[in-house]
Amino acid sequence: MKRLLLGIATFAGLVLASPQAWSADRLLNASYDVGRELFADINKAFIAKHPGVTIDQSHAGASAQARAVADGLGADVVTFNQVTDVDFLVKKGLVSADWQKDFPDNASPFYSLPSFLVRAGNPKHIKDWSDLVRDDVQVIFPNPRTSGNARYTYLAATAYAKEAFKGDDAKVKEFIAKLFNNVPIFDTGGRAATTTFVQHEIGDVLITFESETRGIRKEYGDDKFEQVTPSVSLLAEFPVAIVDKVADEHGSRDLAKTYLDFLYSPEGQDIAARDGLRARDAAVAAKYKADFPDVRLLKVDEVFGGWEKVQKEHFAAGGLLDQAYGSR
Amino acid sequence: MADPEIKSYEPHHESLSAAVTESRQVKAVLMAIAFAFLAVFLLLPLIVVFHEALAKGIGAYTEALSNPDTRSAIRLTLLVAVISVPLNVIFGISAAWAIAKFEFKGKAFLTTLIDLPFSVSPVISGLVYVLLFGAQGLLGEWLKAHGIQILFAVPGIVLATVFVTFPFVARELIPLMQEQGNGDEEAALSLGANGWQTFWHVTLPNVKWGLLYGVLLCNARAMGEFGAVSVVSGHIRGLTNTMPLHVEILYNEYNAVGAFAVASLLASLALVTLVLKTLLEMRYGAEIAATRGH
Repeated sequence: MKRLLLGIATFAGLVLASPQAWSADRLLNASYDVGRELFADINKAFIAKHPGVTIDQSHAGASAQARAVADGLGADVVTFNQVTDVDFLVKKGLVSADWQKDFPDNASPFYSLPSFLVRAGNPKHIKDWSDLVRDDVQVIFPNPRTSGNARYTYLAATAYAKEAFKGDDAKVKEFIAKLFNNVPIFDTGGRAATTTFVQHEIGDVLITFESETRGIRKEYGDDKFEQVTPSVSLLAEFPVAIVDKVADEHGSRDLAKTYLDFLYSPEGQDIAARDGLRARDAAVAAKYKADFPDVRLLKVDEVFGGWEKVQKEHFAAGGLLDQAYGSR
Repeated sequence: MADPEIKSYEPHHESLSAAVTESRQVKAVLMAIAFAFLAVFLLLPLIVVFHEALAKGIGAYTEALSNPDTRSAIRLTLLVAVISVPLNVIFGISAAWAIAKFEFKGKAFLTTLIDLPFSVSPVISGLVYVLLFGAQGLLGEWLKAHGIQILFAVPGIVLATVFVTFPFVARELIPLMQEQGNGDEEAALSLGANGWQTFWHVTLPNVKWGLLYGVLLCNARAMGEFGAVSVVSGHIRGLTNTMPLHVEILYNEYNAVGAFAVASLLASLALVTLVLKTLLEMRYGAEIAATRGH
């Protein structure tokens, strides 16, 4: 018994004390929650080009990931789906302030947009944002208070309304209130909203990232749903950054840069396009043109004056989002 | 003892028949409610888990389970259980021993502390370790300077699991040991046994069934814990993803078969535990009743 106890204690001690093995040819990529397939393919292609390299992947909600990186999750690079989550790491001193200049296209190698998924045959003839406020249409998207995905939806709808009503704030407010009124259930996250729409068959249209609608059609049947691209939507960036503090500690900066550069290469872009993200590379974009209908994309900086302002005016407690949500 | 009780009921015997039939109906209703409840809240979800897991055939099921990330999640979950259950057995026996057999100041406080993980939300339990061992936490700088990684690695997962599971063994043993008192141990000591012999040959056999129950419960929770582990894991595939975390991730990726396949494995582990417990009860029923006390 004594020997057994000693054995357990030694074993536990060994496991507890063993330091993580970091090296210059190993990267940890902290990524957002639905990016697994994308990065599984990217990593495979990258490792084929750089034998001997190991890429570890961590996936969770981007905001949770940002917090984990700040708390010591030793991620050499982050590949998120929200700019604000990289900015959080800037505030914590882990990422340099001008990270968006380190890589092309605002350090966002691919992009997407809030788009519509309707039932087969589009029985309610939903074409654009204006159809979403009709009395006979039920809209599904998660709660913008808890879901980053739904915040994009909210912002895209607001951006559309701002244009349509030529900046008449009262009319924009009315439009958003009507839109919210047409949502029968606000789920907490994108996945739950998908279940509501697909499995519980509630609602006429699901709003989520265009990149997501592909996965949904693949899993639940291509013939059951149709993608509808609105005339205008909001640019959703997928920002990438080297976590300077970690990369310098691990001596992995060169590999981290090579890895993120690979996302911009034709090969990396091709993989992203096949996964449903829109490519920056002109040749790749042309190749997959049929999958990505034309859409005019507005930018947060241009419509709302930047993420910080959006945060203050729309998402802060008592802000425009709270007002719209409360007035349902 | 029993005789007067039986006699005292006898005068009412003739008027009982109405009461008995009524109580039979009540019994039937109560049983129906209990079974309906179990069917809806336990059996149905269990069937759904296996149904969804096999929705695309047995091939897709085995393929989902042979995925390397899934394999490593299974390995990690077993490793965490193998470390945390023995630790909690040692802790549980020591704590129960101290509380049941000795009088000391702060005993009530210790008993309350043992219950703490039951009353604290698992997510909070995880966050406590983030605040302690995280890069921005109390010990973060020191750990980093010494190159020790606790958070977002196996040690953190083990710590969080030990924390949420530590009441199970102690809670089973304390009432049992209290009930049994010190008599047997005192007898053994007076006959010349040393402390270790007393523990090994007297105390342990007396509590073995309670201990086994505690271990089974502890193990089930250690393998199934989600909240606390989720906070400290870091979600690194193939390295720090346990089975429950892996289920969530697969589900979020629209990989229903994969998610439910892993879930069915977790459910099977729980079923094995249940069967083991039932078998033990059947085999050693009388002995268990005698030594377990409830």
